[in-house]
Amino acid sequence: MATDFLLPDLGEGLTDAEIVRWLVKAGDEVILNQVICEVETAKALVELPSPIVGIVASLRVAEGETVTVGSPIISFGVAGTGAPGADADGAAPEASEVLEAGAEPEEDGRSNMLVGYGPGEHDQRSGRRRRRATQAAAPAVAPATSPAAASAPAAAPAPLAPASLAPAAVGPPATGHSAAHTRVLAKPPVRDLARRLGLDLATVVGTGSNGAVIRADIEAASASGALPAVTANTATTADETRVAISGVRKRTAAAMVSSAFTAPHVTEFVTVDVTPTVELVERLRAHPAFEGARVTALVLIAKALAIATVRHPELNTRWDEAAQEIVTYRRVNLGIAVATPRGLMVPNIRDVNSLTLRELADALSGLASRARDGKTGVAELSGGTISITNIGSFGIDTGSPIINPGEAAILCTGAIRRQPWEFQGKIALRSVMTLSLSFDHRLVDGAEGSAFLAEIGRILADPLELIALG
Amino acid sequence: MSIASIEITGHAEAVALLPTTGGDLIPHPIFSTYVSDVGDIELVQMYTDLVVARRIDTEATALQRQGELGLWAPMQGQEAAQVGSARALRASDFVFGSYREHAVAYLRGVDPTMILKLWRGSTHSGWNPYEVNMTTPAIVVGSQMLQAVGYGMGILRDRSDDIAITYFGDGATSQGDFSEALGFAASFAAPVVFFCQNNQFAISASVAVQTTVPIVQRAAGFGIEGVQVDGNDVLAVLAVTRYAAERARNGDGPTFIEAVTYRMGPHTTSDDPTRYRDAEEVARWKERDPIDRLLRTLEHRGLATPQMLADTEATARDFAASLRAGCIGTVEPAPESIFQNVYAEPHSLIDEERAEFVAYHGILEPGSPEIGSREIGSPETTAGAR
Repeated sequence: MATDFLLPDLGEGLTDAEIVRWLVKAGDEVILNQVICEVETAKALVELPSPIVGIVASLRVAEGETVTVGSPIISFGVAGTGAPGADADGAAPEASEVLEAGAEPEEDGRSNMLVGYGPGEHDQRSGRRRRRATQAAAPAVAPATSPAAASAPAAAPAPLAPASLAPAAVGPPATGHSAAHTRVLAKPPVRDLARRLGLDLATVVGTGSNGAVIRADIEAASASGALPAVTANTATTADETRVAISGVRKRTAAAMVSSAFTAPHVTEFVTVDVTPTVELVERLRAHPAFEGARVTALVLIAKALAIATVRHPELNTRWDEAAQEIVTYRRVNLGIAVATPRGLMVPNIRDVNSLTLRELADALSGLASRARDGKTGVAELSGGTISITNIGSFGIDTGSPIINPGEAAILCTGAIRRQPWEFQGKIALRSVMTLSLSFDHRLVDGAEGSAFLAEIGRILADPLELIALG
Repeated sequence: MSIASIEITGHAEAVALLPTTGGDLIPHPIFSTYVSDVGDIELVQMYTDLVVARRIDTEATALQRQGELGLWAPMQGQEAAQVGSARALRASDFVFGSYREHAVAYLRGVDPTMILKLWRGSTHSGWNPYEVNMTTPAIVVGSQMLQAVGYGMGILRDRSDDIAITYFGDGATSQGDFSEALGFAASFAAPVVFFCQNNQFAISASVAVQTTVPIVQRAAGFGIEGVQVDGNDVLAVLAVTRYAAERARNGDGPTFIEAVTYRMGPHTTSDDPTRYRDAEEVARWKERDPIDRLLRTLEHRGLATPQMLADTEATARDFAASLRAGCIGTVEPAPESIFQNVYAEPHSLIDEERAEFVAYHGILEPGSPEIGSREIGSPETTAGAR
């Protein structure tokens, strides 16, 4: 049984150390706590005592080399039968047996690194060992289209191994390493953000310390369109075109599947005479306060939704499965589904209730123009609490939308059409639209959802309600 | 010389009883009587204590170098100061230590594995202070001195004859807490022993930059009797601490002991002492090693038999083995156990924070380094609830 000894963090947060001098060589028998080498950290020159009784199988690092904390520096072949002698301080043989039994090393030797500082580095080790391993494994992950690469020997090329080492004694342990296993440095919330955006961390250039990917990198990558374009990785034959699922498409798909198959959707419809709203839009457009603003019915619909959401907070919620809790948002962050050159996105407007009608109009037009230009920022894409999808702009009457994950409801606005409608006891030509609302039936009962949708309809049928209720 | 005749300015010369070269004990007009009961058996016991203490220290240092501890504060060189003083105490006395009193903790009956768990990062403190009447390590320099005085003032109200003893280093005497503690202790005649291990260094700062007079002299300004003792003389330390304890029990108030010793190792395993002191100085103190000092007396008395030495070595060896096994076999507590003993009763804010923390852990990828082991209900997670 061979055991690797990984370089521990010798001084409260150090990341690497230089092997100054080896005091043992391959084939040497070592006893517990026998000094095996001297290493120099940023803080001190220290001696490392052997953690086990056994025989040195190989030294994994040359003198003068700097290695990352968590990297294997020496391999031991543990004596199987020979009774271990007294240790360097005269400790009992039982001590070593206890060590072997109690700390059965896992394949990667992690059990030698039980203290918190080390293991993280273990996965991220960037010392020469890993670089060699990556180089050795490179042919295996190279595209098969390169005949040169395909015919390259898979074994580690000899010149890459420093002559002063003797890896052959135990064989290179890291042959399983490939580029795919190299862990990109990033903090958990950043990883989470990338995952939510469907962004592969490996494709993002990190600008943090040690090349770590930081939040700004994710935002930049996402906003600059570094998300793989939907046309990427295309293969065309006579019969079909195959496009790799990636980027926004992949993210959209994941979000839709997640929402559709976890949140029981209910969709309700209401058709409303919105002529007064249309007339109000015309008057607002002519009003000095709205000079230069882009006023559409959507502005008033958004306002109506915001007012109704405050009055029906159960629609402004999230189902937290993990915590088994219902989260009610304090603010209304209104998501607007927009078609962008990169695909569907749902940027949101923060705290819509704090905005004046003019500010809301400007926020909507700004959001739309940024989306058109492909400049939607990542900050806009997270934190939505309820959404609107306006398929009326495509001339469609109504639909049953899928809720944006993390929200409880989505309002779908159809096209406003001039059509015969009952008006004051007679048939008249009125501006009529159909609103539909999908809601998460875990969070919202039919009565609540109906009251909410009816209220939005009532406001649009008589915008006086905007003042009365808002 | 009667105790009453001792001048309040303290004893000018460091008290020593064990000769440095072997031979008979050095007689002392006051302190010899305090160890008149110490015979051959007791001397051998103290020798064993010193050897075990050093072995705890070297094993823990090795465990840190092997990645099993995050940090360790070695005490090599200071064993006699700790063993001698701890042996002067009763079980009902209360010890307020700093972070280097490993030998004191050992003699108070602390499971040494529990000492290591703090340095491993597996527990916030380590042991139940009320089981052994010793606080868990005070990492904040000097905080324990005031706590000891407060406890001592409590003893007065209990009308008990227990005492409090507080351990601190030369560096801690530069803390404001030091002056406050001495001031209150003197004013209230609190039954407190201030035990300063002057190991010559506050991390890298020499004691010479901490004070312009011997530290023991500072006590006089507060109206406290000070005694300077050779900290590498376990017998003298025992005598002086017994003397101080007796004064406290008799209602004579606090005593300040300066045990002059030397930290042979680094401040902690993160420190490199060769950067601030020269090898010659270390070699000089090596000649004054507290274990060798007692061994010479044992040899002089014919007590250092091969059998005794072998028994002592075996005791230390077994101790080190169980220490190592206990350390490596630690079952790490679940991350959320950090919330477990904040309040004795359910607390909604803590519940909320725990849920948030668990949710945060939920977003971590499997195998992420931020995820610790998640065994729940290990002894460590419940120990503090006792």
